[in-house]
Amino acid sequence: MTASTASSGWRQPSILPGLGLSLGITLTALSLVVLIPLAALFIKAASAGPAEIWAIATSPRTLAALRLSFLGALLAAAVNAVFGLILAWVLVRYDFPGKRLVDAAVDLPFALPTAVAGIALAAIYAPNGWVGALLAPYGIKVAYTPLGVMVALIFVGLPFVVRMVQPVLEESQGDIEEAAALLGASRLRTIFKVILPPVLPALLTGFVLAFARAVGEYGSVIFIAGNVPMLSEIAPLLIVIKLEQFDYAGAAVIATLMLLMSFALILLVNLIQARTRKRLGDV
Amino acid sequence: MSEAALPRRDATVPAKAAKPRRARPIGSESRLVQILLIAVSLGFLLLFLLLPLISVFVEAGARGWSAYRAAITEPDAVAAIRLTLLVASIAVPFNVVVGVAAAWAIAKFEFRGKNLLISLIDLPFSVSPVISGLVYVLLFGAQGYLGPFLKANGIEIIFALPGLVLATVFVTFPFVARELIPHMQSLGSTDEEAALTLGASPWRVFFSITLPNVKWSLFYGVLLCNARAMGEFGAVAVVSGRIRGLTNTMPLHVEILYNEYMSAAAFAVASLLAGLTLVTLALKSLLEWRYGDAIAAARHH
Repeated sequence: MTASTASSGWRQPSILPGLGLSLGITLTALSLVVLIPLAALFIKAASAGPAEIWAIATSPRTLAALRLSFLGALLAAAVNAVFGLILAWVLVRYDFPGKRLVDAAVDLPFALPTAVAGIALAAIYAPNGWVGALLAPYGIKVAYTPLGVMVALIFVGLPFVVRMVQPVLEESQGDIEEAAALLGASRLRTIFKVILPPVLPALLTGFVLAFARAVGEYGSVIFIAGNVPMLSEIAPLLIVIKLEQFDYAGAAVIATLMLLMSFALILLVNLIQARTRKRLGDV
Repeated sequence: MSEAALPRRDATVPAKAAKPRRARPIGSESRLVQILLIAVSLGFLLLFLLLPLISVFVEAGARGWSAYRAAITEPDAVAAIRLTLLVASIAVPFNVVVGVAAAWAIAKFEFRGKNLLISLIDLPFSVSPVISGLVYVLLFGAQGYLGPFLKANGIEIIFALPGLVLATVFVTFPFVARELIPHMQSLGSTDEEAALTLGASPWRVFFSITLPNVKWSLFYGVLLCNARAMGEFGAVAVVSGRIRGLTNTMPLHVEILYNEYMSAAAFAVASLLAGLTLVTLALKSLLEWRYGDAIAAARHH
């Protein structure tokens, strides 16, 4: 094994054919569809020159849009982490009528087109909508405010947390928690000290996926947000607006900023996760 | 009747309170906590997922059957439906071929840079749909890098079908590969090696061993890929130009109708997409229940 890897260079030998063909197809498609177009984005952004990049990046409207997209996505992912964990817990551990249906319904945001979700959320959270009308007497406005943005971002991110946590919870069922209980740990202590720690890496992954999805989300947000500049205008919408004004450089700079910020955040969480994994002895 | 309810309550409450903790199975919450957590979960789902879905169908039917039919059979709507089907029928098979190729290379071979390749395939998941459209405008748009060349040769990409297909392919790029890779990895390649040793041709090995082995996770990936392809909004909105009857897909048609305050018509077209969603979810659940072992076993790694 070791001798062969050393001799063959970039690949280990295999009697299976087709590595060249399959890798060729993959790399060609990946380059043409994803990598070269993304490179064009970075080149366009860079070609604006440092002064203009700085001006675009620090304009109050850009900053407000980026703040709303990133803080909104973080908050929505946090809400999803809490409720997604509870939901996964309930689906794995308890029995109740209609459980399978509920389990299937969790994937709804994966499969429902974002524009459909957008107009539906706007309709029910509008002041005269099913939920909006219940909140209106208390002076709570959801649709056409930043709160509406949150609702949409929670909607799109929910399945990520549930689907990441569920399989890990399923595996963790077993004798350690019985041991903890028999040794005298309270149920709450067992849950937080024994059951949840191994779930944490999956929960973090779900959080990151929900965040990554929410930060770039467009379709489900723009209908419910109201899109008031500086208040409820998300960064992807600002890109579209710049594009409609033929401000290609502006659109490219904001897009590049968004990508770099979310990649940095994903990388950071992955590092934290690698550390957690190591501390827990690779679960 | 109140006497009937009363003793029951009397009987259960003290009984539960008096029960020593160990009486219920070790490692489980009290019934009350269970009911509370289930109620919280269901309430959350109702508020964020189910009410929106139900409202689509209720609002779609608000003006009655004839208005519904008119909304989904008017020429612009029909053109949008056709275009959506056409785009998906090009983008999905493309991604199937690439996804299968990628899965073959990644699952069956060991080579340097494999993890990087997997990350790059997943990349479109963390790119905003709007940016997925934007990159093609920067490349192929009138003021884009290749714009002058395309114009000189009379090739239209942006505001035309090729742009819609490209944006859709970008957004759905990872779906098939993502489902296939873990499944193929968990199966290993001993079957293929045996067949090759026995003299089967490479393509025969692929079509009669590899593909049948992973057919359900392939179908699963295609299902998700197709749902996203037909429902994609952000990426397509940027490259489409929204020319009615020409470059308007169903989700974009929904947006136009909604912005023109033709809410019932917008929800009527939206209900078709929501119907597609329900079919997708039903098939997906069916796959998970029947072939869940194969698919899920692969997913856990």
